Amino acid sequence: MKVAHLLSATLLAGMAALPASAGSHEEKLSGTLKIFSDMSNPAPRAVMEGLAQDFDAMHDDLTVELTIIDREAYKTQIRNFLSANPPDVANWYAGNRMRPYVDAGLFMDVSDVWEGTLSEELASTKGAMTLDGKQWGVPYTYYQWGVYYRKDLYEQYGLEEPTDWESFKGNCQTLLDNGVKCFTIGTKFLWTAAGWFDYLNMRTNGFDFHMALTGGEVEWTDERVRQTFANWRELIDMGAYIDNHTAYSWQEALPFMANGEAGAYLMGNFAVAPLREAGLDDDKLDYYQFPAINGDVALAEDAPTDTFHIPSGAENPEAAKAFLKYVTSADVQTKINAGDALGQLPVNSGSSVDDDKFLKEGFEVLSSNSSGGVAQFFDRDAPAEMAKVAMEGFQRFMVQPDSLDQILDNLERARQRIYQ
Amino acid sequence: MSQMTAPPARRSWWRRNQIAITPWLFLAPGILFFAVYVILPIFQSIGISTTQWDGLGEPVSVGLRNYEELYYDPAFYVSLRNNLIWLVLYLLAIPAGLFIALFLNQTVTGIRIYKSLFFFPFVISQVVVGLVFTWFYDPAFGLLNVMLGWFGAGPVNVLGDPNYVTYGIIAAGLWPQTAYCMILYLTGLNAVNPELIEAGRLDNAKGWRMLWHVVLPQLKPATFIAFVVTIIGALRSFDLISIMTNGGPFGESRVLSFYMFEVALSEYGFRMGYGAAIAVVLFLIMLCFISYFLWSMYREERQR
Repeated sequence: MKVAHLLSATLLAGMAALPASAGSHEEKLSGTLKIFSDMSNPAPRAVMEGLAQDFDAMHDDLTVELTIIDREAYKTQIRNFLSANPPDVANWYAGNRMRPYVDAGLFMDVSDVWEGTLSEELASTKGAMTLDGKQWGVPYTYYQWGVYYRKDLYEQYGLEEPTDWESFKGNCQTLLDNGVKCFTIGTKFLWTAAGWFDYLNMRTNGFDFHMALTGGEVEWTDERVRQTFANWRELIDMGAYIDNHTAYSWQEALPFMANGEAGAYLMGNFAVAPLREAGLDDDKLDYYQFPAINGDVALAEDAPTDTFHIPSGAENPEAAKAFLKYVTSADVQTKINAGDALGQLPVNSGSSVDDDKFLKEGFEVLSSNSSGGVAQFFDRDAPAEMAKVAMEGFQRFMVQPDSLDQILDNLERARQRIYQ
Repeated sequence: MSQMTAPPARRSWWRRNQIAITPWLFLAPGILFFAVYVILPIFQSIGISTTQWDGLGEPVSVGLRNYEELYYDPAFYVSLRNNLIWLVLYLLAIPAGLFIALFLNQTVTGIRIYKSLFFFPFVISQVVVGLVFTWFYDPAFGLLNVMLGWFGAGPVNVLGDPNYVTYGIIAAGLWPQTAYCMILYLTGLNAVNPELIEAGRLDNAKGWRMLWHVVLPQLKPATFIAFVVTIIGALRSFDLISIMTNGGPFGESRVLSFYMFEVALSEYGFRMGYGAAIAVVLFLIMLCFISYFLWSMYREERQR
């Protein structure tokens, strides 16, 4: 790792030697701005194309070249293009997920973009963009997680939104007695199970413990971790989850909820669009915050943040920095996160949240009812290797809860290797 | 005459060595690319396998630590076990292909259409095969569970159950591989000497005895090729696993090639050194088969 730091230092020094006219944004931008984006789903793609077009139209001498790469393929391609063929701006994720590229010196330190008003406007996500005391990119959107449930089914069986762990389980038992599974989930690609672990752990042990765990400071065999799994096991033993969830992706698990075979889904807000498409209007679909389990810990939420970065090999960093400022400005944030665009939450405190039931509720939860803190998501808070091993363990636990000891031993061994 | 046979005083170097050099010249492009894209990467992999490297920064040499970790890694043994299951069960494609070929080796109207239909799974992409079988196995609406339902058997979550998943994927892989072996045998059957069959008939051989003692020995070259391609196919069974289960549930359907991809190149994989160590192990396993194939080919050549 020392070698990597040395490399990053030389790269950064090289950057500084470039004609540095950044700073004064009155400076006319010229040349080409190459953007690589992973916003490949239809709605995000339209947003990204709109951003590129508008930014291009604003600057006469600047040409914006946009390349959109499939979202899943992007996750592996980014390594190659960051070192071999770096664009000026690239998408990625906040938190520990950017650590490998920061450590390798492939992302540019953009702390100067954050100087001044931007830090105040983006205060809620600044922490997620900060590693080693510097900012390495800017956020452009984030979204809440929570329990999306079939309002009509809950009304049919006389259920209320749960406020504590007992009513959460009580609701579930009523649903099960009526032949409806409490939760749909598809764990084929593992991360959905991590959503459950995040919430159960943050509700059982609190945000700070969760961060310490994902940061490798706590042993996985710790009694408090076991308590989280014990709570989880209560749900598993009740039969709360749909059968055969290991065979489904998160999308393939949606029909169970749309058909009424399952009552709820712990998911990110992006699940709303397909559920609406499947015929669940706002009378049938609703949202509640994951209830408290341990009354002593403050509520904390998962709210993954998607980001823009400047690779350190960027050829037009001035234009790239101007683009980052443009994307995070209040108006643009309002526009791109609106219900007819990304349908998510704006990161700028000066923006307004779209008039959408779920966005408003989510914004409410994150801004006023998440005093414990806001986590990114398990696979963004923990290093990639740890995330992989742990999420496999979570999936296994959901199928074979009896092998918990073996799973935790495995995770603990991985922890000792990964965070040395 | 004597002055005619005397060698010309000055023959160019090219003329003197033409016959010896020509084959090498023809081989040169092939050798060059084989060396650069096959031989060199083998040594590079071995080199990388002794380092700790995330693919971005500078590799740090760790000696044999990756192999030591491999030795204690339960996931490695699961992958190795699955590789062995693949090797054994995938060979079923050879007898299955042989019997389909024997069955189709007749002159009936439209036999070409039947042959093409049987060959069809080999033509379509492995990705499509994987998707078709994923739907076939689907616990909610899959055809398999509908059919099991007719006999009152409960739904089986083939791809989500650690006990069945590898067998389920192998069954999917056998579909195209059987077609491949069938084509090899069909061409082989064309070359069977009718006189030998006739002679067998006169000696009152039929049925199994005819197949075993007269036909099969003549199909030996086809069997050899079928064996080679099936073994290689089993060892590089990557696409089906990636499409059908992504290695899951909890890594129970991984094979070595998939595990290598996962630790080194996938979304969460940043361990080039560890991945290279797995690749080296896989290479050593393949090397056993490759040496055997080369040795038996060499022996064949010598016998002629």
